[in-house]
Amino acid sequence: MTAVVTGARAAVWAALGTVRDPELDEPLTDLGFVARCEVSDAGHAVVRLRLPTYFCAPNFAFLMVADAYDAVAGVPGLTGLDIRLDDHFAADVINRGVAARQGFVASFEGEAVDELDTLRYDFVRKAVLAGTDRVCRSLDGRDPGKLTLGDIPRSPDVDRLRARRRELGLPAEDGDPLLLDPATGTAVAPADAKRHLAVARLTRTSMEANSGVCRGMLRARYALTSEEEGTG
Amino acid sequence: MYEKDGEKYFVVDAHTHFWDASPDNWVEGQEEYAKGWIECFHAYQGLGPKDTHWPIDRFQKYSEELMMHDLFEVGHVDKAIFQPTNLRQWYKTGFNTTENDGALAEKHPDKFLVNTTFDPREGDAGMKAFEERVKRYHCKGVKLYTAEWRGGSRGWSLKDPAAARYLEKCEELGVTNVHIHKGPTIWPLDKDAFDVSDVDQVATSFQGLNFIVEHVGLPRIEDFCFMATQERNVYAGLAVVVGGLMHARPKFFAKVMGELMFWLGEDKLIFGADYAIWEPKWQVEGFVDWNMPGDDELSDFAPLTVDQKKKILGLNAARLYGIDVPEELRLTDPEKVEPVGVPNS
Repeated sequence: MTAVVTGARAAVWAALGTVRDPELDEPLTDLGFVARCEVSDAGHAVVRLRLPTYFCAPNFAFLMVADAYDAVAGVPGLTGLDIRLDDHFAADVINRGVAARQGFVASFEGEAVDELDTLRYDFVRKAVLAGTDRVCRSLDGRDPGKLTLGDIPRSPDVDRLRARRRELGLPAEDGDPLLLDPATGTAVAPADAKRHLAVARLTRTSMEANSGVCRGMLRARYALTSEEEGTG
Repeated sequence: MYEKDGEKYFVVDAHTHFWDASPDNWVEGQEEYAKGWIECFHAYQGLGPKDTHWPIDRFQKYSEELMMHDLFEVGHVDKAIFQPTNLRQWYKTGFNTTENDGALAEKHPDKFLVNTTFDPREGDAGMKAFEERVKRYHCKGVKLYTAEWRGGSRGWSLKDPAAARYLEKCEELGVTNVHIHKGPTIWPLDKDAFDVSDVDQVATSFQGLNFIVEHVGLPRIEDFCFMATQERNVYAGLAVVVGGLMHARPKFFAKVMGELMFWLGEDKLIFGADYAIWEPKWQVEGFVDWNMPGDDELSDFAPLTVDQKKKILGLNAARLYGIDVPEELRLTDPEKVEPVGVPNS
């Protein structure tokens, strides 16, 4: 393998690292969902995705395969693209639909009535709430209801929260409040802060518990060791 | 009955199955789904302790003897409640039917309660058969599987008017406990089974019924908790919570238990081992031994008391089902505690 190809493989891997499980808000590469990632000498990329169970929801699966396709297609210098989901009851339909650049509705003709944007935004809103809990845990007793984003030192968690807020078009600059309603973008009133934080904590618990189940299932399904999990 | 450190626990396994997913029972042309379904279940078993894992052939079809042994001889279970799942589209005689469960229950009259199921897409004929099953097996509960395939349909909603007719029938027949599978989403597509809003609506409309949300809506327990705090007749079925998290993901188990106690409280949590996905023995013993770790991250949550564990493991289900609990296994002075997360009403 030449250095150029190694570089291309790394670029494809990095591109896949930008694709998240929409519900878990974690990269496919960390979750162990990328079973294979290769680039031939001629620049042809082959990617195989896998999921924790045969019956994972096809709407989430479709989002991930389509996002992976878009991300890898953006890597410069590739001459071909072969991205597929393996071992899934709807794999054929999803793979065909994504490869043909069809939407979800067209791919599942007669079974789906909406594209997946609403679903995706619901999960990003949850990611904002979960991220709020993560950031507020590190405040050492300061009242989050009185803080702006700029009051908090930079950290990966804060960057991630800002990024998710931007995805929804929510205020994410230094002067913007730390606590805001992700559905409306308005600041949370002081009297509602306690409940808002309880909701944020529960949302994070739910996502992380879900992530735990998915990781455990994937490990059991593919007989992975914990070292392999997350390395692809 | 389970005894530990001088405390005696009356154990109700409120979620158990007697299924046949062996290849002989696969419908021709549907083998892929029949196989995929049971293998998906089997993968869940991987979340339990390694020495409790079964080979796939035993998991596909297990014997009556094995079930009786696992539940009652070594599993500490006093009463087990069958929760049927038909899946006749994929399994010739059904996956886990009321009739199969009922036959076993009739052989062991003191051990089981039989729940049945209904499907509003079956119309009047289905209604008549439903009533017959309820009377034949003395059902006090139903298990609903809103994601079940039927012909071209990929599922149904409790909000459907046809479902309301069946729920009215439940009230009339004294079938007061409505268990709904709201678990990890498997299918269908847009009609996604994760949405608990249909439970929200019928819980308000049918105040005489109890709605037990199985698997607490995992993986979306936040939606479930917000809904459950608003409805006094909504309960959390802990199948998958204990079996799927306590051993494999103890940190998340602690958080989930903390949240459920916070939002719903000790009177609304119902234990279920989900046999044969997981055996009850390690779950009952593990839950009695378990308590909230002292981590900073969990400081919002109080430790569980022995009385709370007794309620969760059996007394709550006994109350809902009118199961007679021996005097020595009851709480001496049950204290009514409102969960913190529930608004004043």
